[in-house]
Amino acid sequence: MASDSNAGAPGPGVPARTSPSGGRSSGSGSLWGQLVKISLLGLFTALAVWAVLPLYVDGNWWGMAVVAAVLVLVYLVYLSKRTVPLKYLLPGVLLLVAFQILPVLYTMSTSVTNFSDGHRGDKDQAIAAIEAYSVTRAEQGREFGLTVATVGDPDLGELVFLLTDTEGTPYVGDIEGLRPLDDATVDPGSGRVTEAFGYTVLTPAQVNARSRELEEFAVPVGDGSGIRANSLSTAYEGRATRVYDADCDCVTDTETGVVYTADDERGAFYDEDGQRLPQGWQVNVGFDNFARFLFNPTFASSFFSILVWNIAFAVSITFLVFVVGLAIALTLHTPRLRGKVVYRVLVVLPYAMSSLAMYLLWRDMFNTDFGLFNQLLGTNVDWLGDAWTARFAVILANVWLGYPYMFLVATGALQAIPRELTQAARIDGAGAWQAFRHVTLPMLMVAMTPILIATFAFNFNNFNAVWLITKGGPFPSNDPSAGATDLLITYTYRMAFSQATAEYGYAAALSVMIFVIVSVMSVISLSRSKALQEVDR
Amino acid sequence: MTAQTSERGTRATYRRSPGSAFALWAGRVGWRHLVMIVVAAFALFPVLFVVSAAVNPVGTLSSARLWPTGAGFDNARDLFTNTPFTTWYANSLFFALTNAVVTVLLSALAAYAFSRMRFRGRRVGMIGLLIIQMFPQFLAIVAIYLMFSTIGEYRPEIGFDTRWGLLLVYLGGALSINTWLMKGFFDTVPKELDESAQMDGATHAQVFFRIMLPLVTPVLAIVGLLVFISTINEFLMASVFLRDTGAKTLGLGLYQLVESQRNANFGMFAVGAIMLSLPTLIVFWFLQRYITEGLTAGAVKG
Repeated sequence: MASDSNAGAPGPGVPARTSPSGGRSSGSGSLWGQLVKISLLGLFTALAVWAVLPLYVDGNWWGMAVVAAVLVLVYLVYLSKRTVPLKYLLPGVLLLVAFQILPVLYTMSTSVTNFSDGHRGDKDQAIAAIEAYSVTRAEQGREFGLTVATVGDPDLGELVFLLTDTEGTPYVGDIEGLRPLDDATVDPGSGRVTEAFGYTVLTPAQVNARSRELEEFAVPVGDGSGIRANSLSTAYEGRATRVYDADCDCVTDTETGVVYTADDERGAFYDEDGQRLPQGWQVNVGFDNFARFLFNPTFASSFFSILVWNIAFAVSITFLVFVVGLAIALTLHTPRLRGKVVYRVLVVLPYAMSSLAMYLLWRDMFNTDFGLFNQLLGTNVDWLGDAWTARFAVILANVWLGYPYMFLVATGALQAIPRELTQAARIDGAGAWQAFRHVTLPMLMVAMTPILIATFAFNFNNFNAVWLITKGGPFPSNDPSAGATDLLITYTYRMAFSQATAEYGYAAALSVMIFVIVSVMSVISLSRSKALQEVDR
Repeated sequence: MTAQTSERGTRATYRRSPGSAFALWAGRVGWRHLVMIVVAAFALFPVLFVVSAAVNPVGTLSSARLWPTGAGFDNARDLFTNTPFTTWYANSLFFALTNAVVTVLLSALAAYAFSRMRFRGRRVGMIGLLIIQMFPQFLAIVAIYLMFSTIGEYRPEIGFDTRWGLLLVYLGGALSINTWLMKGFFDTVPKELDESAQMDGATHAQVFFRIMLPLVTPVLAIVGLLVFISTINEFLMASVFLRDTGAKTLGLGLYQLVESQRNANFGMFAVGAIMLSLPTLIVFWFLQRYITEGLTAGAVKG
């Protein structure tokens, strides 16, 4: 690599290798390095070209600009001789920015919107969806044979309709409108398109997966008319009964005569009685999402009770694994104990097992009908069905999985404490407990505090620990959204992904709040320990 | 540990008398054995149960006992024939190994810069790295999901249901608290070593690869192990990214197995759980001499 560490004073015997110019880069020592560097840069360039090609085909200039900027940055850093620290940081930092920092920033920006199932896109998309959704069959409307297809990926590509009219002429219809289709194979039996160049024909299962999108999809054919799917294989032309009028910024239902007026603060169309159309759009709601969790009585009560349990969960696990781990480390901290190696291996075993599988195993051991605990104890307790036994179960499982790590760390820390110190205390008349309490423990805590903070922070957001065992439950009968063992993170997850209306805005606001809570707690506790001072060394 | 003599032990050799020999033994090491037997029992019984369930010929949760009542390989055979077990296993190992190796490399590069170089933004960078940890990556999962929906439209090769897409997301976390751990260990290597090498004309890259890396092997091993363990047990990101049965990891596959048929599939699940733990056990066994050293390295020296 580029030789910028020219601090080397010329050694007396080797003048040829010490020329301060870039000449050394061609020297024998870094020839291999140069080759590696050139090939890595070449590989990266090839990757960039590979990434740019589809962007170019699509005419996505922003995407191309980003790729080009990254490429230029990489070249600048690795060909310059001044940017030595960056040469080491850049690969990790690029990945960090792309897949952690940008998503986090996006989440933060989402937290002040009403982004949710009924508020996904912008206003124009909402209007198009409302109109398409209301298309009903016209009296003399045309009928088409339908094949549902996409542009590109079957799961994510833009939906298109491949249509054939009664004469068998193929058309393609998308959100832009209806056009004749040239390169299409039409099956003479069913009269439907089976293959078309540039489009991916979907299987019935794939169509089913996108059925909700399909409901809101219509091919506009001018003056309020559209083509809508009737079934998997037929489509009809009809008129939209709900029509948007830009002058009054409202949607009028031509059948019932109800007028829905746009509310740009709430991002939906409302009628006079406050009834809204289901399709809305994303708007900025400021700090409403946060306010709901802090002030709205129902949400605030579940938020704060989850927060209390979340802290109790993390604190009790951290405390218990520390006590158990330290106790084992102290028990084994003696020179002559037969079978010490065997004990060590056995005790560390839970740490070496796959935690994902072990959580599922604990869940099944607590099973009411078939579980091991009821079998051994001869009871019939619904462990995971009662709030307190479920809490006990998750804590027990996590202590089992977590204490070996503490044991390993405590063993290392104990070995680092000079034995003379406790011996001196004992000679001065201190009992075993006093020597431990006043000499060993304080020294141990210096080493263990950062680890304890890390354990606390980890368990505070330990998603698997709760989700895989109880899924947050048991749930009170009147509130299926907040369970007895829910952590903030599982509560958030359910809100974003498992509920009927995916409430991303609220989930993002909760994410930001978790971030703030954990940061504040960590910064307070870290500032009391020595870890942060390390930076300045 | 073994080189040191406990005060308890020295006093005991002084006063040994035949009558109180047992009492002495009990007070000195006997109670330790007792405690350790209790702890070992607590540590072992779930492991014993899963092994017992794995060889249980009936293969249901209700018939599984703590101690095996019979032995057979029916569950293992079912797992191999009824599920794409080998694909799942290969996927799990691919993610865990690749992520561990690349993360160790990227993290070591960054730790070297943080430990040995002084540059603008160093302090901000290190603290920023700590702060960004507080935002659990998967809370940003909606953003990552939307991002890869777009990426997948252009390049399905790195979209959903592929190995590379999920790997990229995992690698976004390559610089993390591990970088701090490594930096702490790098700091313990005397600066004179790399300075003298630079005097002799070594470039910074040569110092890093030839001098630093061999000296910090314990921390590389431990970070590699930690990343390996956390990747093989990762559930949430994988469940969002890998929806196709053939693309799943073993962890996801096992989850699906007991989610649909909790009682009937338990034997297959138990075999899978042991298989999923095996790589960790093996890595643990080979790296055990580094583990204590590496885990405490960042903390103890303070």
